[in-house]
Amino acid sequence: MTGNPYTLHRRQIRPLELFGRAAIYGASSLSVFLLLGILCYIFWRGSRTVNVDFLTSVTSALKQTVGIGGNLVNTLYIAILTLLVAMPVGVGAAVYLDEYMSEGRGKALVEWAIEILAGVPSVVFGLFGMAFFGGVLHMGYSLLNGALTLCCMVLPLVVRNTQEALRAVPAEYRWGALGVGASRWHMVRTVLLPAARPGIVTGMILALGRIVGESAALLFTAGSGRFLPGLGRGIYRDLQALAGKVVCSGGTIAVELYLQMQSGRYEVAFGAACVLLVLVFIMQVLLRAVAGKGRRDE
Amino acid sequence: MNKVSVTDLNLYYGSRHILKHVNLEIRERTVMALMGPSGCGKSSFLRCINRMNDLAGDSRVEGQILVDGENVYDRGVDTSLLRKKVGMVFQQPVPFPMSIYDNVAYGPRAHGIRGRSRLEKIVVQALEDASLYGEVRDRLGRPAAGLSGGQKQRLCIARALAVSPGVLLMDEPTSALDPASTLKIEELIRKLGKKLTVVIVTHNIQQAMRLADDAALFLDGELVEWGSSGQIFLRPRDKRTRQYMAGRL
Repeated sequence: MTGNPYTLHRRQIRPLELFGRAAIYGASSLSVFLLLGILCYIFWRGSRTVNVDFLTSVTSALKQTVGIGGNLVNTLYIAILTLLVAMPVGVGAAVYLDEYMSEGRGKALVEWAIEILAGVPSVVFGLFGMAFFGGVLHMGYSLLNGALTLCCMVLPLVVRNTQEALRAVPAEYRWGALGVGASRWHMVRTVLLPAARPGIVTGMILALGRIVGESAALLFTAGSGRFLPGLGRGIYRDLQALAGKVVCSGGTIAVELYLQMQSGRYEVAFGAACVLLVLVFIMQVLLRAVAGKGRRDE
Repeated sequence: MNKVSVTDLNLYYGSRHILKHVNLEIRERTVMALMGPSGCGKSSFLRCINRMNDLAGDSRVEGQILVDGENVYDRGVDTSLLRKKVGMVFQQPVPFPMSIYDNVAYGPRAHGIRGRSRLEKIVVQALEDASLYGEVRDRLGRPAAGLSGGQKQRLCIARALAVSPGVLLMDEPTSALDPASTLKIEELIRKLGKKLTVVIVTHNIQQAMRLADDAALFLDGELVEWGSSGQIFLRPRDKRTRQYMAGRL
């Protein structure tokens, strides 16, 4: 016991603080271990199935092969097609909402609608896609139908993230551009969108994750086709085959995973899960590298 | 005829009456200092002249502002052309996240100037007019983010000058800068005041005395008094001006 009231040494450890700290460390390490555990388990179970044949061939009872080559192509196909449609529409909508529309009831209504749309379960989008794109627009089970359905699903995600990104752009950028007499559209194109690009790319990556992982919305829109387009017959024929695929049914890896799981072939399902995880990782890295570059002067 | 002529100007944000019956004349090729405590409406007034207030959704303006004899609030006025003629520099020196060159070339490009040699001439001239060229001549292609605060502000001034405005509005351009940078900007403002019409908002009385040919004092949205700086600073007519100068407002 010192009589010095100004000592820097703490005199007691508060039990509540100790407990709080333990709880926080516990919770955060638990989530890390959970993630690592799941990843390890999936790769351990799946690694026995995954090989070159699995990646390049198609499941067929006739040829006695098991593979997800076709599904891999379908996944990339749907992902690219969906982003190709959803990004311009979503970014455009966000720009219109934030930069052109005046505050008021109209804007509030649109934003409310987007909020609601973001909360709709994916299986409902599947139902809608089947009935509207498949039935009314006669697309049937096709990659196009699947991509359009997924567009509806990821659109709110893209709009929201783009809006966030636009709002984070300093007001001085806008003033500076408009202050020298630039038109609003010129300002959006040359200052706002480039400055908001990292945020927009984040939205794109989130959308990609949803697309690649989706099964419920695709099962009855894109269907479960497994076939590979006949490739390797010259660029022209290959392109034709790929373009023709857009009207064919095609299941993504996630759909295939679901179907394999349902029929009790767990080893194949785990193999597909491995491929899916690696694919998501590669796509994210690629997107960041391609779309996020050129931001050195921040 | 005066460069800018304001008659019975009222500004509202929603139901709030921000500027009340403002009448003011700004002479060509002079520096006009707008003074007043924070929230008195001096910045809002500045933003009326090039209609930057249009950006605030619920603003409403009554009265008229003539620039070179044309009412800027007339129907059919192209704000793009107005802002080319009436440039603006803001409190925070924030260049675009681009190269120094592209920052200055932004305005001319926005107005459709494309030729490389023509653009280069404009950029060099604007940087020279902003007293920055000597410091950045060998790194025009480098990001503007690498400049110091004072240099950034002079870059913003060059950006505004590149579209050759006749009027330059400056909204507390030195309040985010250190004393040395402030001094440079003040020298620059005096130089610019001989070529074009500068309207500067400042809450610093000493700065206004150093720079201004004419001065005006705003209080609670009212224009208390305006006139030549000699008259305002040495022989103010209004009691409130005397109080403000003495630091009691």
